[in-house]
Amino acid sequence: MVHSAKGVLALTAALLLSTAAVAQDKRVVTWNADYDPIPLAAAEALIADFEAANPEIDVQLTNFDHEGYKNAIRNFLTANPPDLANWYAANRMRPFVEAGLFADISDVWAENGLMESLASSVPSSTIDGKQYAIPYTYYQWGIYFNRDAYAAAGVEVPGPEGVTWEQFLANCEKFAAANIDCVTTGSSALWPVAGIFDYISLRTNGYQFHSDLAAGKISWTSPEARAVFEQFGRLQPFVTDNHAAIDWQDAAALFVQGKAANYVMGNFAVGVFKEGGMTNDNLGFMVFPEITPGLARAEEAPTDTIHLTSGAQNPEDAKKFLAFMASAEAQTKWNAAVGQLPTNKNASVDAADPFLTAGFEALSTATGGIAQFWDRDADAEYAKAGMEGFQQFLVQPEQLEAILARLEQTRLRLYPQ
Amino acid sequence: MAQATQTGAAARWSQRKIAPWLFLAPGLFMFTVYVLWPIVQSITLSFYDWNGLYNQNGEFTGTFVGVANYAELMTDPAFEISLWNNVKWLVLYMLALPIGLFIAIFLNQTVTGIRLYKSLFFFPFVISQVVVGLMFAWFYAPNFGLFYLLTEWITGDGTAILADPDLVTYGIIIAGLWPQIAYVMILYLTGLNNVAPDQIEAARLDGAKGWKMLWYVVLPQLRPATFIAVIVTVIGALRSFDLVSIMTSGGPFGSSRVLSYYMFEMALGEFGFRMGYGAAIAVVLFAIMMIFISGFIWKMWRDETER
Amino acid sequence: MFPRPIQQSGPAARWLYTIALPVALVIWLFPLLGVALTSLRPAADLAQGNYFGMPSGIAWENYVYIFTQTPMAKYMMNSLWVTVPTVIGAVSLSLMTGFALAVYGFRANILVFFMFVAGNFVPFQILMVPVRDMTLQLGMYDTWYGLALFHIAFQTGFCTLFMRNFIKALPYELIEAARVEGVAEWRIFWFIVLPLMRPAIAALSVLVFTFIWNDFFWATVLTQGVDSQPITAGLSSLNGQWIAQWHLVSAGSILAALPPVLMFFLMQRHFIAGLTLGAVK
Repeated sequence: MVHSAKGVLALTAALLLSTAAVAQDKRVVTWNADYDPIPLAAAEALIADFEAANPEIDVQLTNFDHEGYKNAIRNFLTANPPDLANWYAANRMRPFVEAGLFADISDVWAENGLMESLASSVPSSTIDGKQYAIPYTYYQWGIYFNRDAYAAAGVEVPGPEGVTWEQFLANCEKFAAANIDCVTTGSSALWPVAGIFDYISLRTNGYQFHSDLAAGKISWTSPEARAVFEQFGRLQPFVTDNHAAIDWQDAAALFVQGKAANYVMGNFAVGVFKEGGMTNDNLGFMVFPEITPGLARAEEAPTDTIHLTSGAQNPEDAKKFLAFMASAEAQTKWNAAVGQLPTNKNASVDAADPFLTAGFEALSTATGGIAQFWDRDADAEYAKAGMEGFQQFLVQPEQLEAILARLEQTRLRLYPQ
Repeated sequence: MAQATQTGAAARWSQRKIAPWLFLAPGLFMFTVYVLWPIVQSITLSFYDWNGLYNQNGEFTGTFVGVANYAELMTDPAFEISLWNNVKWLVLYMLALPIGLFIAIFLNQTVTGIRLYKSLFFFPFVISQVVVGLMFAWFYAPNFGLFYLLTEWITGDGTAILADPDLVTYGIIIAGLWPQIAYVMILYLTGLNNVAPDQIEAARLDGAKGWKMLWYVVLPQLRPATFIAVIVTVIGALRSFDLVSIMTSGGPFGSSRVLSYYMFEMALGEFGFRMGYGAAIAVVLFAIMMIFISGFIWKMWRDETER
Repeated sequence: MFPRPIQQSGPAARWLYTIALPVALVIWLFPLLGVALTSLRPAADLAQGNYFGMPSGIAWENYVYIFTQTPMAKYMMNSLWVTVPTVIGAVSLSLMTGFALAVYGFRANILVFFMFVAGNFVPFQILMVPVRDMTLQLGMYDTWYGLALFHIAFQTGFCTLFMRNFIKALPYELIEAARVEGVAEWRIFWFIVLPLMRPAIAALSVLVFTFIWNDFFWATVLTQGVDSQPITAGLSSLNGQWIAQWHLVSAGSILAALPPVLMFFLMQRHFIAGLTLGAVK
């Protein structure tokens, strides 16, 4: 059953009507989600499967507009909690866990062997030793490149193993000479710059350092943090001008047109690139180059999750559904439909999609660890301050000292030593 | 008989005592609930740390922190930038007065079709600030925006004004001035209509013209219009939320923030939900506005008691 | 009259003025004209970088697209649902408050009056968190009536100022005479004052209509989805989806601007009378 979110009255009316219409003896599980049309259809298909296997349960999904959901969840968790709600892992779920609005589901993890099958997502689903989330999908980040732009600038196209950092920067010189932006981004919404920063940080100092940095444990004026900005500074001259005034989709247009050669992005952008006219023939993917030799490779893969609310009316059946969403079969099916990667290591991906298989390969061999993305690894306020600093550095690299001092001031305020 | 008239008069007198409050009741009630009481609540909230959440039992989850929010404001660079940008807005918005007066004088003629011209010049004020913001965002857009192309043509290197941390606020202020000038213009046009013709003629016979006439004869008569224009311009400058939100969301890296936007960002933005801190920013904004409100009320008080 | 009528100047000056008027107007309305033209430009032109050249055709389909493929029509209806009740509510309330403050000389009169005037100028941000929280608690978040109730309350401030001054300017003898006749106070309001208020009601209605139609801040704070968002907030969220599709952004902008513009042209005299209240003695 799917409803779209309406005003409180309309929503209540719809719920009343639908519960009345559905056979009385079914037990209802309510689920609030924020899906675009394709993921929504995939979720409906999963609900149908689940209901077929559990005919006594009726899962009712209420879908919200993606942007509105960020606001709505704060209201409905208190005022009118569903049984299940979509959200994000790591620090993004922390406020809801701390306010006691998300319920502990460690038992679901234990009873279904999820510690093992969802091993890579354990850290991001855990707060204070308890699990509060069921991760069911993620997607890789990395460098997407335009083969035509490489050809136009006479630069050798990277192989599947990527290139070294020195080689990448040397290529950038050639792109600059050919009047092509080596790396493009559109940072008016801030987060795209965090993708670049995260990778340089992960590659310079490794996963643990980056994770500590996001957690406010490391000084921005430490030599390690400066080393990250030093590498960031080497890339800075080759990033598209005026990126601060354009959106990531505007930059995607530059990339598709061959005015830019590389784009540090998440896999969701492939759809936009292909809509713009690119194909598997001229669109390439590589992992971000190694900077400090010998570091275990870590990757960036934001995870989407489902949560049991503390106000759930039917937690028993909701937990059944959570276990189902954690299963390999459900994750294989949902992610195949949406074009993302399952978090269950026993699930499989579509072998015909080169970007999915490359991503699956990259993530399953990332022995360094999986980062969630800056704005999910760091607390909200810290995340924002960081992203503004990264953006400013890309616009005004000469302001480095001021940027670091300000970030450090923010850190000391948020995480008193 | 006399008795009856007296009770009748007494009833009417007490009716006249009660009637105003009955007429006031609905409006006063709404105004208290939605305006006066929230001001008190916001001031209270500014002494709390609250993420906007209630717990499962519907209980407020905030904690009292005293003046910590205000103390933090003192050292918050984003607050400083916002405050400084508000000053820029206030000062530059005042340009609406001379420009609006200039256009009003330009249009104060009686040629055919002038009425239509006046309406069309007034047009920008009628349009939503959201639309004005989108129009100017298009005008400033990097690579193809008309302003960008113009600067590219003149200097050889295009200026993407909304990506430039030093220029972005001025770019937004210009967008805001457009409708504000239109507003001021219409105030002055009405004012000019009511300038006493005999005084002008008398001054003309004395040989006054041009600037002298404007400064010594016309402007003094436009004082009421100027007063209203200053008030609406100050309010417009401090309410600059819409344009900042539409054109830059405060960016790049917070360079175009103003207090009204920063407050929203802190309280309801994606990385915000610091309701107490947001409330503290709002209290500062309120205090700034109170300076102007007091001035306005004081002048009204004088006018009222003069009458 | 100031400045000196152009008719008294030489032919050269008159000729210059006739040229200067349209030129100045085009420069003044340039952003608007540019957007209006872009709204009729085919998408293909923009894709090929033809932003300002001769359009390859007139693309009414941009508007068709907006009405058929986006919730624009719904947003406009939502705006109407918020705007019309607000106009009725704010005008009715302020007729009463204005009457009370203009006609009766009670002690708190000036205080209440100044309170309405001052409230009208407070920054929205100081009201935001409590009003949003209260609207949520009352279950009116994301509904047209939740938004309209706030607008009614807030606009009552400005409207009271207007109505009170208007009624003050009416001949007080009318009311005195009625009182001598023994007419009840509410009948004085209804049968004597109200009929004289038509111009004030008209002026306030068009003004409040425009203010509320153009409101973006409260639309953002108190609504969130297609079902209740007014056009300003709707246009802003569509703008987020229409990245780089300036023909759609332009067409949407023109549509959002149209109702207040029409209102202004139809009711111009009242509109300006309302806006310039107090600009002359």
